[in-house]
Amino acid sequence: MSSMPAAPPPTLLRRISTFFFTRPNLSLGLTLALPVLWLGIFYLGALATLLIQSFFRLDGFTGRIIRQFGLQTYQELLLPSNLDIIWRTTIMAAAVTVTCALIAFPLAYYVARYAPYRVKAILYLAVLVPLWSSYLVRVYTWKIILAQEGIISWVVNTLGLGGLLDAVLGIEGIGGPSLSFSLIGTFLVFVYIWLPYMILPINAALERVPKSLVEASADLGAPPGYTFRHVILPLAFPGVVAGSIFTFSLTLGDYIIPGVIGNSSFFIGQVVFAQQGTAGNIPLAAAFTVVPMLIMGVYLMVAKRMGAFDAL
Amino acid sequence: MKKLSFLMIVFVLLLGMVSVTVAQDGMMTEIGPGEGQVDIVAWPGYIERGETDANFDWVTSFEAETGCAVNVKTAATSDEMVALMNEGLFDLVTASGDASLRLIYGGRVQAINPDLIPSWSTVDERLQSAPWHTVDVDGDGTVEHYGTPYQWGPNVLMYNTEVFPEAPTSWSVVFEEQTLPDGESNVGRVQAYDGPIHIADAAQYLMYHNPDLGITDPYSLDRDQFNAALDLLRQQRNLVARYWHDAFVQINDFKTEGIVASGSWPFQVNLLKAEGQPIASTVPVEGATGWADTTMMHVNAPHPNCAYMWLEHSLSPKVQGDLAAWFGSVPAVPAACTGNELLTDEGCATNGFEDFEKIRFWRTPTAECGDDRGAVCVPYYEWVTSYIAVIGGR
Repeated sequence: MSSMPAAPPPTLLRRISTFFFTRPNLSLGLTLALPVLWLGIFYLGALATLLIQSFFRLDGFTGRIIRQFGLQTYQELLLPSNLDIIWRTTIMAAAVTVTCALIAFPLAYYVARYAPYRVKAILYLAVLVPLWSSYLVRVYTWKIILAQEGIISWVVNTLGLGGLLDAVLGIEGIGGPSLSFSLIGTFLVFVYIWLPYMILPINAALERVPKSLVEASADLGAPPGYTFRHVILPLAFPGVVAGSIFTFSLTLGDYIIPGVIGNSSFFIGQVVFAQQGTAGNIPLAAAFTVVPMLIMGVYLMVAKRMGAFDAL
Repeated sequence: MKKLSFLMIVFVLLLGMVSVTVAQDGMMTEIGPGEGQVDIVAWPGYIERGETDANFDWVTSFEAETGCAVNVKTAATSDEMVALMNEGLFDLVTASGDASLRLIYGGRVQAINPDLIPSWSTVDERLQSAPWHTVDVDGDGTVEHYGTPYQWGPNVLMYNTEVFPEAPTSWSVVFEEQTLPDGESNVGRVQAYDGPIHIADAAQYLMYHNPDLGITDPYSLDRDQFNAALDLLRQQRNLVARYWHDAFVQINDFKTEGIVASGSWPFQVNLLKAEGQPIASTVPVEGATGWADTTMMHVNAPHPNCAYMWLEHSLSPKVQGDLAAWFGSVPAVPAACTGNELLTDEGCATNGFEDFEKIRFWRTPTAECGDDRGAVCVPYYEWVTSYIAVIGGR
């Protein structure tokens, strides 16, 4: 009655648990091993292989790859026709990013600060639903919308503004016989496709701006414009940068949209595809892939300088 | 799982190395019992088992007779085909001439033994030793056949009959700025193929109009000839607002973008005609380029016996005729041209059987010209870079 029952022998599960509890480094290592290996082999390993490949070159006579380090492939990369492609892609990515930011910010601002609950839900859905449908279907649909005999030219012509459209399409360099055959069309579709990736991070950033700060600013006599510039915008800026990283890098790498809509001028993604698939020139394809990586690297550094990641 | 995929990568890499070293050896001398399956890389629509249209089925009977189940992996471009064959694990591929030499010299396909294919003798004599699959790779003085011819067809000039009441007689409508019969310029109303192989079309045009260049073969261009072709293509760049690469997008362009003339395939012509569009096609005086496909066998084909059985089956007049009717192509076996219900007796002529001499078939350009000029020709990888530059306006 008074004797204490002996402690039951520890179960297997408990012993295993104790084993790991007393060796925290081992449990941490085991937990992280798989993700780290995955990251190391499939992400960093692949990138390293890519980088190495870009220093090889193609033998002009046999068309075979010579596995010796050298800079010849990079010399080839700097030919005027290739620089054209790099510039074209970068300018397009920048233009798409700025336009997306200009469209996304007011919308995200309204959703975050003014929209009633129900409207908010509907707007979120409106932004998200297109992402659930097939990217290819949307791109090919735009091909038809922008066609010479498509709905946009029909509406414009019905309104008697055909001359205006022709004037826009007559712009040297970005125009063409119809919207779907011009870089303007490529630009429009890029903006449409990537816009949600800009809206969502900006919206998330704006949602996190405390109301109290805005009210305090007003209480201290700041006019709304001043509050916007000095309180809201700096706090929401990391969201803009996050969105711009999406739109910028996605445009840099895409090879479907310029393949369907535009004036057939190549973008970086298409050249990579053509060089590795059609030409078998894997070194040049790899060198071309290094270009967006460098551009993004510079971009991220500039963004960091501007304090975009301070809030992270 | 991860370890497994790592092992698979190692395995594939090893396979790649091995396949390069043993490329020329091991031509089979007899066909053993079937292995139960055969894996084929093919163009869409090339191997039908009656799933799209019950009338078009040339697989079911083969499977019943040989016990070899047919697995098809479709590929949309020659480059995809080369990539798939580089991976290995397939038995056969229906390679066009712009892929076949790459496969042969890359050591991806093996020489076949015509003695094991009874129908070999029925193949169109014009195709039996065609240069895009008959090569002396090992340099021993005798040529080897790398596959059996499957189908061929021309790259025709497709045009809008409302703009051209009579068929255009020259490719100049897509190469030179001019006023079309409807009184308007052709700027922005014509198209060209966006594959580098289109340089050959320009070369063929020059062959006829500028004989001083001495072009004898549009796929073997020395530096001067190549540059002349590029100049012509730069001129064409001013006429072409958008190049085509997807057959269905081109069909759309003819319907909604006001495109009235372009190089094209009988496939698009037939589909547009079937929709009642005012479309027709012609082979102009300069001739045309074309494609001729060859069923080729992987150097390490896992199911060689079934593969040989398929090669034999693919040459039967029934298969050849049905396929020609389905795809708008020309059979590699002339016997297929008569007595086939689906193709009808006029089918071969409609699809271009008589145009063979006017067609210069796609072939991968190599540095080796293949004639007494030696190795001074522009290789394919330069065709790619240069064509990208031309399209980019350089």
